[in-house]
Amino acid sequence: MSVSLKTRQVGDVTVVDVAGRITLGEGSSALRDALRDMVGKNQKKILLNLGEVSYIDSSGIGELVSGFTTVTNSGGQLKLLNLNKRVKDLLQITKLYTVFDVHDDEAGAIRSFA
Amino acid sequence: MRQNEHHAPETVERFLDSTLESVDSAEELAVGMAQRAGFDEDELMRIGMAVRESMVNAVVHGNRYNSNKKVRFSVTHHGERFTVQIADQGEGFDFENLPDPLSPENLMRTSGRGIFLIRSFMDEFQMRHLEPGGTEVTLVKYTVSK
Repeated sequence: MSVSLKTRQVGDVTVVDVAGRITLGEGSSALRDALRDMVGKNQKKILLNLGEVSYIDSSGIGELVSGFTTVTNSGGQLKLLNLNKRVKDLLQITKLYTVFDVHDDEAGAIRSFA
Repeated sequence: MRQNEHHAPETVERFLDSTLESVDSAEELAVGMAQRAGFDEDELMRIGMAVRESMVNAVVHGNRYNSNKKVRFSVTHHGERFTVQIADQGEGFDFENLPDPLSPENLMRTSGRGIFLIRSFMDEFQMRHLEPGGTEVTLVKYTVSK
Protein backbone atom coordinates (compact mmCIF):
# COMPACT_ATOMS: atom_id res chain seq x y z
CA MET A 1 0.00 0.00 0.00
CA SER A 2 1.47 3.34 -1.05
CA VAL A 3 -0.46 5.27 1.60
CA SER A 4 -1.64 4.45 5.09
CA LEU A 5 -4.56 6.14 6.80
CA LYS A 6 -5.14 5.77 10.52
CA THR A 7 -8.07 7.48 12.15
CA ARG A 8 -8.48 8.40 15.81
CA GLN A 9 -10.96 10.47 17.74
CA VAL A 10 -9.99 13.47 19.80
CA GLY A 11 -13.25 14.55 21.32
CA ASP A 12 -15.62 15.07 18.43
CA VAL A 13 -12.80 15.62 15.93
CA THR A 14 -11.72 12.77 13.67
CA VAL A 15 -7.98 12.94 13.12
CA VAL A 16 -6.66 11.06 10.10
CA ASP A 17 -2.94 10.35 10.22
CA VAL A 18 -1.87 10.06 6.59
CA ALA A 19 1.49 8.55 5.71
CA GLY A 20 3.10 7.77 2.38
CA ARG A 21 2.28 8.84 -1.14
CA ILE A 22 -0.95 10.48 -2.21
CA THR A 23 -0.58 9.97 -5.94
CA LEU A 24 -2.81 8.89 -8.80
CA GLY A 25 -3.98 5.35 -8.19
CA GLU A 26 -3.95 3.61 -4.86
CA GLY A 27 -2.94 6.59 -2.78
CA SER A 28 -5.47 9.12 -3.97
CA SER A 29 -8.24 6.51 -4.13
CA ALA A 30 -7.65 5.50 -0.52
CA LEU A 31 -7.92 9.10 0.66
CA ARG A 32 -11.06 9.66 -1.39
CA ASP A 33 -12.73 6.53 -0.04
CA ALA A 34 -11.79 7.34 3.54
CA LEU A 35 -13.20 10.86 3.35
CA ARG A 36 -16.41 9.68 1.71
CA ASP A 37 -16.77 7.04 4.38
CA MET A 38 -16.41 9.64 7.12
CA VAL A 39 -18.96 11.95 5.51
CA GLY A 40 -21.28 8.99 5.16
CA LYS A 41 -20.94 8.36 8.88
CA ASN A 42 -21.81 12.01 9.52
CA GLN A 43 -18.40 12.89 10.89
CA LYS A 44 -18.41 16.66 10.70
CA LYS A 45 -15.00 17.60 12.05
CA ILE A 46 -12.08 16.10 10.16
CA LEU A 47 -8.42 16.92 10.62
CA LEU A 48 -6.00 15.50 8.06
CA ASN A 49 -2.56 15.11 9.59
CA LEU A 50 -0.24 15.19 6.57
CA GLY A 51 3.01 15.19 8.53
CA GLU A 52 4.11 11.81 7.19
CA VAL A 53 3.08 12.40 3.57
CA SER A 54 6.23 11.93 1.54
CA TYR A 55 4.78 12.79 -1.85
CA ILE A 56 1.64 14.28 -3.34
CA ASP A 57 0.87 14.90 -6.99
CA SER A 58 -1.87 16.89 -8.70
CA SER A 59 -4.27 13.97 -8.27
CA GLY A 60 -3.61 14.02 -4.55
CA ILE A 61 -4.19 17.75 -4.47
CA GLY A 62 -7.43 17.12 -6.34
CA GLU A 63 -8.55 14.65 -3.69
CA LEU A 64 -7.83 17.18 -0.93
CA VAL A 65 -9.96 19.71 -2.80
CA SER A 66 -12.69 17.16 -3.45
CA GLY A 67 -12.68 16.13 0.18
CA PHE A 68 -12.85 19.71 1.34
CA THR A 69 -15.82 20.41 -0.92
CA THR A 70 -17.64 17.23 0.08
CA VAL A 71 -17.16 17.78 3.79
CA THR A 72 -18.04 21.46 3.59
CA ASN A 73 -21.15 20.82 1.51
CA SER A 74 -22.30 18.32 4.11
CA GLY A 75 -22.06 21.00 6.79
CA GLY A 76 -18.73 19.86 8.18
CA GLN A 77 -15.17 21.16 8.42
CA LEU A 78 -11.98 19.68 7.00
CA LYS A 79 -8.65 21.11 8.11
CA LEU A 80 -5.01 20.28 7.47
CA LEU A 81 -2.21 19.67 9.93
CA ASN A 82 1.60 19.46 9.70
CA LEU A 83 2.21 20.28 6.06
CA ASN A 84 5.76 19.57 5.02
CA LYS A 85 7.57 21.87 2.64
CA ARG A 86 6.60 19.93 -0.47
CA VAL A 87 2.87 19.91 0.28
CA LYS A 88 2.91 23.50 1.46
CA ASP A 89 4.73 24.66 -1.68
CA LEU A 90 2.25 22.84 -3.89
CA LEU A 91 -0.74 24.33 -2.13
CA GLN A 92 0.81 27.78 -2.35
CA ILE A 93 1.67 27.46 -6.05
CA THR A 94 -1.87 26.32 -6.82
CA LYS A 95 -3.35 29.11 -4.68
CA LEU A 96 -5.05 26.56 -2.44
CA TYR A 97 -3.09 27.31 0.72
CA THR A 98 -5.52 30.01 1.78
CA VAL A 99 -8.54 27.86 0.95
CA PHE A 100 -7.69 25.35 3.61
CA ASP A 101 -7.37 26.07 7.32
CA VAL A 102 -3.79 24.88 7.93
CA HIS A 103 -2.25 24.22 11.33
CA ASP A 104 1.17 23.28 12.67
CA ASP A 105 0.01 22.21 16.10
CA GLU A 106 -2.58 19.49 16.72
CA ALA A 107 -3.97 20.88 19.94
CA GLY A 108 -4.51 24.25 18.34
CA ALA A 109 -6.09 22.61 15.30
CA ILE A 110 -8.52 20.66 17.50
CA ARG A 111 -9.50 23.82 19.37
CA SER A 112 -10.14 25.67 16.11
CA PHE A 113 -13.09 23.48 15.16
CA ALA A 114 -16.35 25.30 15.76
CA MET B 1 27.28 24.92 -7.68
CA ARG B 2 26.71 22.33 -10.40
CA GLN B 3 28.92 19.28 -10.84
CA ASN B 4 29.53 17.41 -14.05
CA GLU B 5 29.39 20.45 -16.28
CA HIS B 6 31.94 19.09 -18.73
CA HIS B 7 30.95 15.61 -19.72
CA ALA B 8 29.67 13.69 -22.71
CA PRO B 9 25.96 14.03 -23.40
CA GLU B 10 23.92 11.33 -21.74
CA THR B 11 20.66 10.14 -23.27
CA VAL B 12 18.30 7.41 -22.21
CA GLU B 13 15.28 6.42 -24.24
CA ARG B 14 12.54 3.98 -23.34
CA PHE B 15 9.25 2.83 -24.84
CA LEU B 16 7.00 2.36 -21.85
CA ASP B 17 3.71 0.61 -21.36
CA SER B 18 0.67 2.75 -20.66
CA THR B 19 0.52 1.92 -16.96
CA LEU B 20 0.94 3.73 -13.67
CA GLU B 21 4.01 1.59 -13.05
CA SER B 22 5.59 3.28 -16.07
CA VAL B 23 4.90 6.64 -14.46
CA ASP B 24 6.93 5.54 -11.44
CA SER B 25 9.71 4.11 -13.61
CA ALA B 26 10.00 7.25 -15.70
CA GLU B 27 10.11 9.49 -12.67
CA GLU B 28 12.76 7.35 -11.03
CA LEU B 29 14.89 7.29 -14.15
CA ALA B 30 14.64 11.04 -14.70
CA VAL B 31 15.42 11.87 -11.08
CA GLY B 32 18.41 9.52 -11.13
CA MET B 33 19.86 11.23 -14.16
CA ALA B 34 19.04 14.64 -12.73
CA GLN B 35 20.89 13.75 -9.57
CA ARG B 36 23.97 12.81 -11.61
CA ALA B 37 23.60 16.11 -13.43
CA GLY B 38 24.07 17.87 -10.13
CA PHE B 39 20.61 19.23 -9.33
CA ASP B 40 19.86 19.90 -5.66
CA GLU B 41 17.06 18.31 -3.64
CA ASP B 42 14.46 20.98 -4.38
CA GLU B 43 15.21 20.82 -8.11
CA LEU B 44 15.07 17.03 -8.07
CA MET B 45 11.63 17.23 -6.51
CA ARG B 46 10.44 19.68 -9.17
CA ILE B 47 11.85 17.63 -12.03
CA GLY B 48 10.37 14.45 -10.59
CA MET B 49 6.95 16.00 -10.24
CA ALA B 50 7.02 17.52 -13.72
CA VAL B 51 7.95 14.15 -15.21
CA ARG B 52 5.28 12.39 -13.17
CA GLU B 53 2.57 14.82 -14.27
CA SER B 54 3.66 14.55 -17.91
CA MET B 55 3.69 10.76 -17.77
CA VAL B 56 0.26 10.64 -16.15
CA ASN B 57 -1.07 12.83 -18.95
CA ALA B 58 0.44 10.50 -21.55
CA VAL B 59 -0.71 7.27 -19.90
CA VAL B 60 -4.13 8.33 -18.64
CA HIS B 61 -5.34 11.04 -21.03
CA GLY B 62 -3.27 10.29 -24.14
CA ASN B 63 -3.06 6.53 -24.34
CA ARG B 64 -5.95 5.86 -21.91
CA TYR B 65 -4.13 2.89 -20.40
CA ASN B 66 -4.31 1.15 -23.80
CA SER B 67 -1.96 -1.82 -23.66
CA ASN B 68 -1.42 -1.50 -27.41
CA LYS B 69 -0.06 2.01 -27.08
CA LYS B 70 3.36 3.01 -25.84
CA VAL B 71 4.81 6.12 -24.30
CA ARG B 72 8.13 7.23 -25.77
CA PHE B 73 10.22 8.58 -22.92
CA SER B 74 13.67 10.10 -23.22
CA VAL B 75 16.00 11.99 -20.91
CA THR B 76 19.05 13.90 -22.15
CA HIS B 77 21.66 15.84 -20.28
CA HIS B 78 23.72 17.93 -22.65
CA GLY B 79 25.70 20.88 -21.40
CA GLU B 80 23.41 23.18 -19.48
CA ARG B 81 20.21 21.54 -20.64
CA PHE B 82 18.46 18.67 -18.96
CA THR B 83 15.70 17.63 -21.33
CA VAL B 84 12.85 15.17 -20.90
CA GLN B 85 10.64 14.29 -23.81
CA ILE B 86 7.43 12.29 -23.49
CA ALA B 87 5.21 11.29 -26.39
CA ASP B 88 1.94 9.39 -26.40
CA GLN B 89 -0.04 7.75 -29.18
CA GLY B 90 -3.38 9.22 -28.28
CA GLU B 91 -5.80 11.32 -30.26
CA GLY B 92 -4.26 14.62 -29.24
CA PHE B 93 -6.06 17.47 -27.54
CA ASP B 94 -6.41 21.22 -27.71
CA PHE B 95 -3.54 22.32 -25.49
CA GLU B 96 -3.76 25.88 -26.75
CA ASN B 97 -6.95 26.52 -24.79
CA LEU B 98 -6.45 24.95 -21.41
CA PRO B 99 -8.46 26.37 -18.53
CA ASP B 100 -6.50 28.35 -15.97
CA PRO B 101 -6.52 26.35 -12.73
CA LEU B 102 -5.84 29.52 -10.73
CA SER B 103 -8.90 31.39 -11.92
CA PRO B 104 -11.65 31.67 -9.31
CA GLU B 105 -14.07 29.54 -11.31
CA ASN B 106 -11.51 26.72 -11.60
CA LEU B 107 -9.74 26.92 -8.25
CA MET B 108 -11.86 24.26 -6.58
CA ARG B 109 -11.85 21.85 -9.49
CA THR B 110 -10.56 18.41 -8.62
CA SER B 111 -8.36 18.17 -11.71
CA GLY B 112 -6.63 20.31 -14.31
CA ARG B 113 -3.46 21.34 -12.47
CA GLY B 114 -0.94 19.03 -14.09
CA ILE B 115 0.28 21.17 -16.95
CA PHE B 116 0.29 24.25 -14.76
CA LEU B 117 2.59 22.46 -12.31
CA ILE B 118 4.88 21.27 -15.09
CA ARG B 119 5.25 24.84 -16.36
CA SER B 120 5.88 26.04 -12.81
CA PHE B 121 8.62 23.50 -12.15
CA MET B 122 10.53 23.51 -15.44
CA ASP B 123 12.43 26.28 -17.23
CA GLU B 124 10.98 25.40 -20.62
CA PHE B 125 7.88 23.45 -21.59
CA GLN B 126 6.60 22.82 -25.08
CA MET B 127 3.81 20.70 -26.47
CA ARG B 128 3.26 19.65 -30.03
CA HIS B 129 0.86 17.52 -31.98
CA LEU B 130 2.32 14.42 -33.58
CA GLU B 131 1.36 12.88 -36.90
CA PRO B 132 -0.55 10.69 -37.38
CA GLY B 133 -1.64 11.15 -33.78
CA GLY B 134 -0.50 11.83 -30.27
CA THR B 135 1.11 14.55 -28.25
CA GLU B 136 4.75 15.17 -27.44
CA VAL B 137 5.90 17.30 -24.54
CA THR B 138 9.42 18.62 -24.02
CA LEU B 139 10.54 19.66 -20.56
CA VAL B 140 13.84 21.47 -20.01
CA LYS B 141 15.62 22.39 -16.81
CA TYR B 142 18.83 24.39 -16.94
CA THR B 143 21.72 23.12 -14.92
CA VAL B 144 22.80 26.71 -14.29
CA SER B 145 20.43 29.58 -13.47
CA LYS B 146 19.70 31.82 -16.43
